[in-house]
Amino acid sequence: MSALLQIKNVTKKYGGLTANNDISFDVAENEILSVIGPNGAGKSTLFKMISSFVPTTSGEVLYRGERISNLKPHTVARKGVVRTFQETTIFKSMTVRESVVVAQHLRAKASLAGYFWGSKTARQDVESFGRYADELLEFLGMDSIADELASNLPQGNLRALGIAIGLATDPKVLLLDEPFAGMNHDETMRMVDLVRSVRDERGVTVMLVEHDMPAVMKISDRIVVLNFGEKIAEGSPSEIQNNEKVIEAYLGSADDEIGM
Amino acid sequence: MNFSAKQILGVAVFLLVIFVGVPMFIAATGRWDFYFTLTSVALLAIASAGVWLTFYIGRINIGQGAFALVGAYVSAILVVKAGWSFWISLPAAGLFAALVAVLLGLPILRLRGVYFAMITLVLTQVATLTALALPITNGAKGITNIPLPSGVSLFGLTLIPDFGQLENTRMAFYFTACILMIITYAALYRLVNSRLGHLCRSMQQNEELASSIGVNITYIRILIFAISSFFGGIGGAMFGSISQSVYPATFVVKDSVDFMLNCFLGGLGYVFGPMLGTLLIYFGWDLLFEFGKYQLLIYSTILIVVIRFLPDGLLSIRFGKGEKK
Repeated sequence: MSALLQIKNVTKKYGGLTANNDISFDVAENEILSVIGPNGAGKSTLFKMISSFVPTTSGEVLYRGERISNLKPHTVARKGVVRTFQETTIFKSMTVRESVVVAQHLRAKASLAGYFWGSKTARQDVESFGRYADELLEFLGMDSIADELASNLPQGNLRALGIAIGLATDPKVLLLDEPFAGMNHDETMRMVDLVRSVRDERGVTVMLVEHDMPAVMKISDRIVVLNFGEKIAEGSPSEIQNNEKVIEAYLGSADDEIGM
Repeated sequence: MNFSAKQILGVAVFLLVIFVGVPMFIAATGRWDFYFTLTSVALLAIASAGVWLTFYIGRINIGQGAFALVGAYVSAILVVKAGWSFWISLPAAGLFAALVAVLLGLPILRLRGVYFAMITLVLTQVATLTALALPITNGAKGITNIPLPSGVSLFGLTLIPDFGQLENTRMAFYFTACILMIITYAALYRLVNSRLGHLCRSMQQNEELASSIGVNITYIRILIFAISSFFGGIGGAMFGSISQSVYPATFVVKDSVDFMLNCFLGGLGYVFGPMLGTLLIYFGWDLLFEFGKYQLLIYSTILIVVIRFLPDGLLSIRFGKGEKK
């Protein structure tokens, strides 16, 4: 197993509160790995540290052996590790297509000045951005809403838009923040298929943070479980379902929440 | 760059009005003072364009007066003390203002919303006080008797005539200011509709998401603030040259607030909003003069009503919501 992303002894402390304590695990190339845990387990914090939106207190995150923690978010994105957000984080007054076009700017070959003067490279860029946007939106089944303003979209489409924006940057690793939250069964299943096809057809390694247990069990190759900031388990979905520590962590909520 | 016939016609009419219509009107009516008024409008519109640009990255900038003052002083000092030609001091003034903006912007552009606005509000006052304190700016006496712009010729061909030799300096300044204004707005239009503009829009709408797609938001913020201040410096330098003097009070806090209001009034969604806003605010204030002591009251009431009922500016009546000219 070649580790694409290595989380090494990562710890985050906010004053006296430890959000993440000494967490280590690897993400292999082309796998779908989910991080789960009860509320307040430190999933989001871990996510933010991987994408350098918050610095680590100690420990580091490596991407292809290179440290990507404690940098700037845009630097990490440029290396190919891109996160998405929950549905409220969008470009509200851009259309779906415009959002996807602007997200491709990392692929631009012409300089900002080149764009200002309308150089040949810049015009080629603009053309290829448009083509790729159309292709991507078709792949995601969003071509019919390409010209809708993002602020007019229903929730389910907003999540897909977030993924479209993330994918437009041509990432190697996509970090999805609760992609199934607030979705009904059908929507969730469609999203599961979508995330799978992102991995299968585009070769993008996916790491996601999620609450929806049935979806996580269905989609993940491996699962990492956090509780009170500590990693308590790691393994395949069936291993996790039978792990006593995990069952204990979720006790108090109904049993079927971790199972099928 | 595809322009519709309507847009081309609009620009053509606009150019015709300012370069042919206005001079003819003034010649016919004999109101030569209009030249000075309209020149001021054009120059203030240049500075307002800068403020508009900082709005475009989601920052409320009430500090353009500071950069206009910096530009005015730099140009005046270069012309009077170093003997430079005004035409070289003009870009130098813009560049110096941009440099100051980079140095100031590094710490203050991290702030958002009202915090950034508060800091910039103070900037103009700081610039005024600095001008009072420094020896090179000549304190409260300011720099006076700035010579009029000299001529520029290349291979014996006169590109720009010597303003001191001209019969009609006012008209020459009017044309210069209008040309500068047109260049400024053409550049602004191009910038907003190129990749940099799209990145600015992404930042204005959501900085976190913008940085997640790899936009170096710090760099773009600084770059935009520098361009914005460049416009402020150019406007200020030209203003100093026309009035042939610069004082610490040439640009005060009220001017900074006006630059911001020009943008609000014209419309933040439209590149040409600040131009219209400047014209209306400048003339509106003068027209209300006959109301005497109620002038400020009526002026403020109108502004509040406009901002309350037309949050997207006056141009939103004409173009509808979200559409861009």
